[in-house]
Amino acid sequence: MGLLKTFKLGGVHPSENKLSAQVPIEALPIPKKAFVSLGQNLGAPSKPIVKRGDEVKVGQLIAMAGGFIGANIHSPVSGKVFKIDVVLDSSGFRRPAIIINVDGDEWMENIDRTNDIVREIKASPEEIINKVKDAGIVGMGGATFPTQVKLTPPPGKTADTLIINGVECEPYLTADHRVMLERGEELLIGTEILMKALKVTKGFIGIENNKPDAIAHLSMLAKDFKGIEIVPLKVKYPQGGEKQLIKAVVNREVPSGKLPIEVGCVVQNVGTTLAVYEAVQKNKPLFERVVTVTGKGVSKPSNFLVRTGTPISELIEAAGGVPDNTGKVIGGGPMMGKSLLSIDAPVVKGTSGILLMRMDESHRKPEQSCIRCSKCTYVCPMGLEPYLLSRVSKLGNYEMAEKERIMDCIECGSCQYTCPAAIPLLDYLRLGKNKTGQLIRSRNKK
Amino acid sequence: MNRFTVSGSPHVHGEYSTPKIMYGVVIAMIPAMLVSVWFFGLEAVRVLVLAAAASLFFEWVIQKYLIKGPITITDGSALVTGILLAFNVPSNLPSWMVIIGALVAIGMAKMSFGGLGKNIFNPALVARVFLLISFPVQMTSWPKPHAISQGLADVITGPTPLGIVKEGLGAGKTMSQLKPELPNYMQDLVGQMGGSMGEVSAIALLLGGIYMLWKKIITWHIPVAVLATVVIFTGILWGFNPESYADPVFNLITGGLMLGAIFMATDMVTSPMTHGGQLLFGFGVGLITVLIRVWGAYPEGVSFAILLMNAVVPLINRGFKPKRFGANPGVKIEA
Repeated sequence: MGLLKTFKLGGVHPSENKLSAQVPIEALPIPKKAFVSLGQNLGAPSKPIVKRGDEVKVGQLIAMAGGFIGANIHSPVSGKVFKIDVVLDSSGFRRPAIIINVDGDEWMENIDRTNDIVREIKASPEEIINKVKDAGIVGMGGATFPTQVKLTPPPGKTADTLIINGVECEPYLTADHRVMLERGEELLIGTEILMKALKVTKGFIGIENNKPDAIAHLSMLAKDFKGIEIVPLKVKYPQGGEKQLIKAVVNREVPSGKLPIEVGCVVQNVGTTLAVYEAVQKNKPLFERVVTVTGKGVSKPSNFLVRTGTPISELIEAAGGVPDNTGKVIGGGPMMGKSLLSIDAPVVKGTSGILLMRMDESHRKPEQSCIRCSKCTYVCPMGLEPYLLSRVSKLGNYEMAEKERIMDCIECGSCQYTCPAAIPLLDYLRLGKNKTGQLIRSRNKK
Repeated sequence: MNRFTVSGSPHVHGEYSTPKIMYGVVIAMIPAMLVSVWFFGLEAVRVLVLAAAASLFFEWVIQKYLIKGPITITDGSALVTGILLAFNVPSNLPSWMVIIGALVAIGMAKMSFGGLGKNIFNPALVARVFLLISFPVQMTSWPKPHAISQGLADVITGPTPLGIVKEGLGAGKTMSQLKPELPNYMQDLVGQMGGSMGEVSAIALLLGGIYMLWKKIITWHIPVAVLATVVIFTGILWGFNPESYADPVFNLITGGLMLGAIFMATDMVTSPMTHGGQLLFGFGVGLITVLIRVWGAYPEGVSFAILLMNAVVPLINRGFKPKRFGANPGVKIEA
């Protein structure tokens, strides 16, 4: 094989640890009680349209999008609404959720529950976008940006390329990998649907070379799909970042502060694309997803098909329970995931994995003096100088932070991962981004 | 309920650590250490052990009794400074001078700036220049290399090849006339020439450089820029008049150039942060080295060149920024 494509600037290669790569997706039993968070997407929280005591069915709309950047929420279970209350969720905040006492598993009648694959796309582009919007689909890689917004380029901008993100560059996670292997044809139809909605003729599926089985499987299937090309990529983190993926696949560079549409690209995650297929072809809104449960101490690393609202503790139980020496539980992967305050937090649309870290992996090394080795600068995929940005953030010089492009930081964590002195660079950078953002907003107001 | 650690991402850390880098440099210096012991005998061992021990001792004393802060002498940085100091002095330097050198390197050049990572100038070089100015006689009497296999003979001192050239050309001789007095290239490469104990063997130093490149402790930019600048600059002069100027290969493999380019100029703390800046830094070191060698009062100028360029590193860091993602997209989208 010749030189594989990848992005050029920076990047790291953490140990992959894809423990659950060969474990088929298994449907998890429905929980007894579902905690459906109202804050499952980036942007405005959703507004509940059910009240205590209401009977709901699987797939029934229970909360409406709270704004333009918002998403509908459908009941993942059937039963009776117990109450609407605050629940500690995976963000670490107490946020409103609809709590449903589960009774049976009765689905809305208009959902096609058969396993038949529907190949023919009857919906028009407008109908597709409306269905995606109605189904409450968000970016399932973790960013949870409402998908219909991405499918509606702003006036004056047009897309010419769709890129499906099958990179899964986070160590440990294998949910997308399994979807590509087990739901390949549906994924490709989903890709075709998105291409139709965007009115583009070129679709790429970028997959890192550590998943040769997925590359081979989809390449074989893709022969029957016009305009879809499978692109094997060299393994390098953070290739799953939109800007890095676009650079790797079509060699275009999204300008600083701009969205991918600026270079004619739209990027969608594998899980999202499958959800689009189900919404458009099977009338099924987004209320379940594949979640990897993994970790070096976990007895049965697994990939579960889970209803949203299921407490994370039930997923861990199904994977063999919480090992004794667990020191940290992470929602997502080890590079960008959030550590959880409690494993009672429910699964949301953006939960790609649950990672249990052993005690000896759970703590940071003590911080030492910066030795100005520049490794943070070499690995930054955005060409920033993390040592400098963390320093000016610490000193509160946010004007300089802005000038040094702190807002370009994608928080991938490559700098902190690499730092020999174990300096928490990203902590300072997040602080700096937050404060610099406030500074910019207050200036724009004037 | 379980209690779990909560912290910001990333939750994994890579392979690098400060001690790993520092001890990597120590490993890279082993070939040059062996060569110095081979040619300069037990005297070299004395200077090496003394310089390293004194550096560690002074760092410990200052951290414990003056700063009253954490003791970090095991991170390897003081050891690297100590060995580099030994590399930069003649093997017959009196012990008390070696100890003063260690005090200057650690106390003055490193700890007074705030310790590891905060110093502007390379500590070992500050000490070398301090010793050179304070004790010019002892610092420029070079023992003749004498392979250990030929027994432990009396130490005879002699000049360095660069010293021979400086003196000879100053006295009106031509390069052809000086040729018989100089060691041949092969001797220069293995290190059979007068000089500071760690600088003599170009081959040993190159081996160390290759190891550091392989382990990603250094990048190629600074050494290549320094060496290329010296070769090109002296090459032009030599091409202009081969009788008045030493040839570029001679300049490349004699004196402290290899040691400076590979181990001293590449010091992370005191060199620029971006590759562009590093190239300029290396160019500056090479340029000043040749200026001093050819027109200066000293036969050798690598130490001064590196220290002078150390001083402008903050300025270089301001001017040389990494290539930013998305700054110049240069992509046209067809509508």
